[in-house]
Amino acid sequence: MLKLLKNFRKKEWIFAGISLALIILQVWMDLTMPDYMSEITTLVQTPGSEMTDILIAGGKMLLFALGSLSASVVTAVCASKIASEFAAILRSRLFRKVQSFSMEEIGRFSAASLITRSTNDITQVQMLIVMGLQMLIKAPIMAVWAICKISGKEWEWTLATGVAVVVLLSIVGICVMLAMPKFKKLQMLTDDINRVTRENLNGLRVVRAYNAEGYQEEKFETANKNLTGTQLFAMRTMSFMMPSIQLIMSGLSLAIYWIGAILINEAQITDKISLFSEMMVFSQYAIQVVMSFMMLVMIFMILPRASVSAKRINEVMDTELTIHNGTRVDGEKGKTGEIEFRNVSFRYPDAGEYAIQNISFTAKKGETIAFIGATGCGKSTVINLIPRFYDTTEGEVLVDGVNVREYDQHALRNKIGYVSQKAVLFSGSIRSNIAYGDNGKEIPETKEIALAAATAQADDFVEKTEDTYDGYVAQGGANFSGGQKQRLSIARAIARKPEIFIFDDSFSALDYKTDRRLREALNRECKAATRLIVAQRIGTIRDADKIIVLDEGKIAGIGRHNELIQNCEVYKQIAFSQLSKEELA
Amino acid sequence: MEKKNIKFDNNRNAKTYGPVGEMGDEKKGTTRGSIEIWKKLFRYCHRYIAVIIAAIICASVGTVLMLIGPDKLSEMTDTITNGIMPGSQGIDMDKILEIALILVAFYALSYIFSAIQGFAMATVTQRVSKEMRSDISTKINRLPMWFYNKTTTGDVLSRVTNDVDTIGQSLNHSIGSLISSIILFIGSLIMMLKTDGIMTVTAVVSSLFGFIPMFAIMGRSQKYFTRQQKHLGAINGHIEEIYAGHTVVKAYNGEAEAEKAFDEMNNKLRESGFRAQCLSGLMMPIMNFIGNFGYVAVCVVGGAMTMDERISFGVIVAFMMYVRYFTQPLSQIAQAMQSLQSAAAAGSRVFEFLEAEEMEDESGKKIKLENVDGYVEFEHVKFGYENSDRVIIHDFSATAKPGQKIAIVGPTGAGKTTLVNLLMRFHEIQEGEIRIEGIPIRELSREEVHAQFCMVLQDTWLFEGTVRENLAYCTENVTDEKMEAACKAVGLDHFIHTLPNGYDTVLDDQISLSQGQKQQLTIARAMIADKPMLILDEATSSVDTRTEIQIQNAMDELMKNRTSFVIAHRLSTIRNSDMILVMKDGDVIESGSHNELMKQNGFYADLYNSQFEQSA
Repeated sequence: MLKLLKNFRKKEWIFAGISLALIILQVWMDLTMPDYMSEITTLVQTPGSEMTDILIAGGKMLLFALGSLSASVVTAVCASKIASEFAAILRSRLFRKVQSFSMEEIGRFSAASLITRSTNDITQVQMLIVMGLQMLIKAPIMAVWAICKISGKEWEWTLATGVAVVVLLSIVGICVMLAMPKFKKLQMLTDDINRVTRENLNGLRVVRAYNAEGYQEEKFETANKNLTGTQLFAMRTMSFMMPSIQLIMSGLSLAIYWIGAILINEAQITDKISLFSEMMVFSQYAIQVVMSFMMLVMIFMILPRASVSAKRINEVMDTELTIHNGTRVDGEKGKTGEIEFRNVSFRYPDAGEYAIQNISFTAKKGETIAFIGATGCGKSTVINLIPRFYDTTEGEVLVDGVNVREYDQHALRNKIGYVSQKAVLFSGSIRSNIAYGDNGKEIPETKEIALAAATAQADDFVEKTEDTYDGYVAQGGANFSGGQKQRLSIARAIARKPEIFIFDDSFSALDYKTDRRLREALNRECKAATRLIVAQRIGTIRDADKIIVLDEGKIAGIGRHNELIQNCEVYKQIAFSQLSKEELA
Repeated sequence: MEKKNIKFDNNRNAKTYGPVGEMGDEKKGTTRGSIEIWKKLFRYCHRYIAVIIAAIICASVGTVLMLIGPDKLSEMTDTITNGIMPGSQGIDMDKILEIALILVAFYALSYIFSAIQGFAMATVTQRVSKEMRSDISTKINRLPMWFYNKTTTGDVLSRVTNDVDTIGQSLNHSIGSLISSIILFIGSLIMMLKTDGIMTVTAVVSSLFGFIPMFAIMGRSQKYFTRQQKHLGAINGHIEEIYAGHTVVKAYNGEAEAEKAFDEMNNKLRESGFRAQCLSGLMMPIMNFIGNFGYVAVCVVGGAMTMDERISFGVIVAFMMYVRYFTQPLSQIAQAMQSLQSAAAAGSRVFEFLEAEEMEDESGKKIKLENVDGYVEFEHVKFGYENSDRVIIHDFSATAKPGQKIAIVGPTGAGKTTLVNLLMRFHEIQEGEIRIEGIPIRELSREEVHAQFCMVLQDTWLFEGTVRENLAYCTENVTDEKMEAACKAVGLDHFIHTLPNGYDTVLDDQISLSQGQKQQLTIARAMIADKPMLILDEATSSVDTRTEIQIQNAMDELMKNRTSFVIAHRLSTIRNSDMILVMKDGDVIESGSHNELMKQNGFYADLYNSQFEQSA
């Protein structure tokens, strides 16, 4: 948690300093007030006091009350300022950090976890700072100061206050100790409820087809019962806390008066009145002491949660980037559009085995290179090395004759038009999606966007959409079908006018006809670009210049369709599974 | 389900339900609407009405006892002051003891009653929450399929957890505190009036000074809180989008653009967050000030009055307490109202779901199908989704004879999946008739229809549970032999034996199954269910072709002697069908065997050939 505070800027420290000063001022004022109260009490008690004296004392006390109010108002403003600024800075630093991550780091945390860290965890920390600045600082100052003020008085009273604090701490402690483990478990049980519900919702058709509604509901009931049981225990336990605190406060007041009565009774006549007003004041201080301990307890209840969040944020912040930026902007002359793999092997972090091993090949400008193989054979891994989503474990990848590690990442990616396996669209318009990103060139005009869409076979449905190219795209492209999304993401790559296209199984969501038309259009419009295609269907790749067959991370064959069908066993199997012998001939 | 169907409601999709429980941020409807919701919530609680009333009584008694406290304490102070007055006999210690003992009894009783109240309310609210969750869970299975086209999974999930939790928590906290606050408020007013009129006026007037600005602030802060939630939702949405699309952002150098959008949202959030926090942070100090102000006012006026000997000093002591008791509940009432408001908002979302139109009740349909051979007819079937004018299936007729393999092919969005959904009665047809063994399916109960079909879908649906549970699913009395036979048939038996606990291995994140193995499991599940007919909806699309060959044998085994309906993208898998129905835009445009269709040289032939043609 403290480590996170390093993210404070000068401004925040200044505000924090101001808050601290004001809090001390406020505590001083709050604790001076009972003195005036005591003065008023004495005045009222002493026969013959002037009304003006009471008014003056009252006025002073009111002045202090106002002072305390203004101090705490300014503190509240400072605290919210600090907290909101701090959260904004933290959010923005975290976001930028995640932006700089490579796939390896993203994979280590998982996107879902990173999202929670950037949102929920920061909110937790922000809450702690707001509460903490006002309570964590105030409570100990208040407690210590108030204790100092009362410590000089009769020990019996002090003892009573001490007992009250101990009782308070132990009751709250017991409640928290009993309830805390349950609260932790609660999260898990809620996850269970979520899991079972999600299971039912995702498998809606299966559940109904198997007439398994009752089965699912029973499962839910079990999870529900567990959750309710735990929740009941936690809530019931906590329900004792408030009345207990109330009881302690009332009890303490009573004890002080009772003890006071005895003390006064035994005191000298002359001491009686002063003792009486001391009693009044003491009861006020005592309540302050108990309250400050209350505040501390509350802080300690939210602190663990916030510190877990802080730890999770720090984990992201402290992650060292595995991919370091190079400086080179241009490739070697005469090698534009050329890709070369030299004995490349790659192992995912923490994985025992190589995902790909000893991959070597060269793709010349304008060629089409296809990758085929069973799921999990490393096709996507190979092409993910080109835009440097990962760095090779061994060997090197060259683009335009230069090792990808030497490039400035932006410059490298400006050469590439990448289309992922799962189409990714962003909320906005069709235009903003196709023209997405920055390739160091000018923002494409409508004409170019329309051309890219036409090449990607997306123009027909785009033009049917309301507002055509300015049509709305929901988050994740939810208002488009799988095939439409994929075509839009292909259009995005085309609009970039790259030297190299990478299609990571991007055609499988398309039907055969669209698939073919799209490839034809690509041949026509983007002849000069090198194309790397990962595919499942033989039909998609059979006219490639070079087909690379992968099997368990190794190259099982390289060649044209006709060659491979003769001499590559793996390729033959794949081909026969899709086409009959006559068709292949 | 065809992806296209998700198009209807973009707004809902666009709405983000961030991980932060951001419920209750929209004030729902009018007062009348919220009264409706309270009535419904109340109906939920009616079983516990006795407990609730008991809790209310406990809260009242506890509060009243607490209120009498200051009165007694003031008596005590008076006894002391009388004792120290010059010329008195000293303090009447017997009286002090008596008062103290009464107070101890009062405090103890008050504690017991408040504790019972808290305990009872916690119990009731948790039980009600449980019932609500159960009701939502059952409701999920009683809603028609099309309902889910316009609702996201996250939305339903958030109703089950976040919304129900919000209701439970706010009811738990607010009802008790609302009741005791009201009693405290009224009670302290009465006690004050009883004690002294002028002092009461002093206390009330001085409190009012504080409350006016406080309520003004609360009104404003609500507005900023809503705005903060909105901005938080927006930024969560953006973060989700960018993180999920990380590769694309990187590959297209979209970082700067993403950061620009992020900064804009972040600034807005900072601004509204600051205001909301700031305003709500002012509440406590103002509350304190009101307390102190009232205190001074009471002391000064009281002091003046004691001097004139119009009241005793004990009255001042009592009023010092009353002022706090009087100011405290007002802010608590305000807070309770706020939390009840969010309960109402959450409640409206829960009830919206619970009251959605259900599927037709079918307890009257008693027809049982026996000895089903697998004769299925479609006759002039017409279908479009509810609330939509678009017709998906125009006029579909076909007949499947026992044991035949019927393939349905066509481009995306042609209505293939819709067709099998109609056959399963996941949706109701608008015109025409579907008959199984000559009996219209609308005369059968849905359960009876489902009992006729095994279904294997593209999404391999497995759940966290043992292999055995996943295989048997809800088929009863599955013998180990039958299970093993099925797994052998799909070629999975060996693999299952290599798992740490064989058939009792729990399938979770630890066990990584390949797509093919998952699919083999679902096929085995269908085999074990052993129903008269079969539906395969893109069952092998997400499996690579080599794995497909392995599965194909299992599928052939499954299709033996069963009327089968097969939807496939890969035309190679359906070449040997008895009949191929080629669909386009909701109509069958061609039908016949593979060879016949190839001869026709129409749409199918075109589709088929396109996979081999070399692009020019």
